Amino acid sequence: MLELSALAAADAIRDGVLSGSELFEAYRERAAADAAAGESGLNCFTWVAEQAPSGEPREGPLGGLPLAVKDLFCTEGVPSQAGSRILEGYLPPYTATAVRRLTDAGASVLAKTNQDEFAMGSSNENSGYGPVRNPWDRARVPGGSSGGSAAAVAGGLAPWALGTDTGGSIRQPAALCGIVGLKPTYGAVSRYGMIAFASSLDQAGPLTRNVADAALALAQMVGRDDRDATSLEYPHAVAQPSAERLDGLRLGVPEELTGEGIEAGVREAFAAALACAEALGASVESVRLPHAPHALSAYYVIAPAECSSNLARFDGVRYGMRAEADDLLEMYTRTRHDGFGAEVKRRIMLGTYALSSGYYDAYYGRAQRVRTKISEDFRAAFEQVDLILTPTAPTVAFALGEKTGDPLAMYLNDFCTVPMSLAGVPAISIPCGLSAGLPVGLQIVGPAFSENRLLDAAHALEGALAFDGSAARV
Amino acid sequence: MRGVIDNDEVMHVARLARLALREDEIEPMARELSAVLDHIARIGELDLDDVAPTSHVVELTGALRADEPRPCLPREVALAQAPAVSEGGFQVPSPQR
Repeated sequence: MLELSALAAADAIRDGVLSGSELFEAYRERAAADAAAGESGLNCFTWVAEQAPSGEPREGPLGGLPLAVKDLFCTEGVPSQAGSRILEGYLPPYTATAVRRLTDAGASVLAKTNQDEFAMGSSNENSGYGPVRNPWDRARVPGGSSGGSAAAVAGGLAPWALGTDTGGSIRQPAALCGIVGLKPTYGAVSRYGMIAFASSLDQAGPLTRNVADAALALAQMVGRDDRDATSLEYPHAVAQPSAERLDGLRLGVPEELTGEGIEAGVREAFAAALACAEALGASVESVRLPHAPHALSAYYVIAPAECSSNLARFDGVRYGMRAEADDLLEMYTRTRHDGFGAEVKRRIMLGTYALSSGYYDAYYGRAQRVRTKISEDFRAAFEQVDLILTPTAPTVAFALGEKTGDPLAMYLNDFCTVPMSLAGVPAISIPCGLSAGLPVGLQIVGPAFSENRLLDAAHALEGALAFDGSAARV
Repeated sequence: MRGVIDNDEVMHVARLARLALREDEIEPMARELSAVLDHIARIGELDLDDVAPTSHVVELTGALRADEPRPCLPREVALAQAPAVSEGGFQVPSPQR
């Protein structure tokens, strides 16, 4: 039963041939074993349920399916620490809407997953709870910031997981771990109860073994929520993908995100995926995203600026850790010094600087104008093609410790994923092959609210590419 | 646009951010921020004079809900995670020594 996809397991539970509580217990034992293994495991969980939910079988289309949830989703009565020591042991009094909608549909929370602190990172090495290891090669990173979710799904320790994506934090770890990761259109899923990093960019989405499972999760997650004023009514039903061909589909390849900076093995796998798309009947043509090379610069102004504001709430007053101090100001500054990790401090400093008097226009103001140009680039490209294809990440999974000494080198991992975040458009990463034995991700991008078309194309490509992820199972 | 931030500016920004830095953390912070700011400075090369800044990426109208009273968190629940509580409120050290 551990080999079943989430969709197949949900069907089997509904047909009465599989017990939801037995499935939960099977995963719970595997997850608990990894959590108990500490450094010798994947370290992908920060909390694992102590027992299967008792009582009647869960109603709803997800009928008791276990779900792993990124640590930063508030879950009532369950530690929700956002990968930070400043929130160690924090038990929220409410549950995030994205999690609530999935549990209302019958899913049960199996575990909370390790992540980069406050979702700031591309390798999961910034967690206050230790790095996560890539199940393909434990000396390598799983990507980040949803690295625990990606490693858990790839390793077969959870059937599927929730993550969040601010500049690539679902797509990049999915790529590095050889699974599927979907970042929905900004506003499609409520952000209520997600411990905020950069509010104009943060978006929740699923990490899954296949494209159909991503559609199954998304269908339950979308919709307007009174508690998030930026959430929207999804304009149509999310459909299960069924396409096996791509006849008549026009695919665009932006030269700005597919040339310089992409390592050779990734370029080869990407070229093979393009050939596969053409064999399925799609046409592939060149498109331009002229401002995409500036996206990283704009992102590393906007995201830190928003984080410096959002993380002001961690001051030792209402929740989380507090440093001993003689007066109030010293309590704030020492609590934040002791509680935040190095990368979080760097981004708070960067954002505070960019918003400070005299620098606002040069940094934040300009970055928001670059963002407008990037959105215009996508709009123009989508008048020419239906979907855009790029590699998800410039490299395969790199070695633990390889980039921790150079923040800028780490930021370059987000080169291919940040433009979509700035434009708010949906994007999915699917595994498209191996390079030196490590997975390569293919990113498929569409206009706002085109998830159905995106999922259909991903489904057809997934079938033809026939990627085998079984080598990563723990 | 300036690309480099010195130790004094690091200390000024740390004060604005309510973040204590040890003496030996200041210089590395200045060096790392300068490297990132150097990269970011590339957006200074673009001509953006007639471009409107993005405030929100998707069209959004009527986002406000009806202004009706709803139950809020009970006081004891709101205080349950606080490091220190006194007389039904959050207890903090004195603003002055």
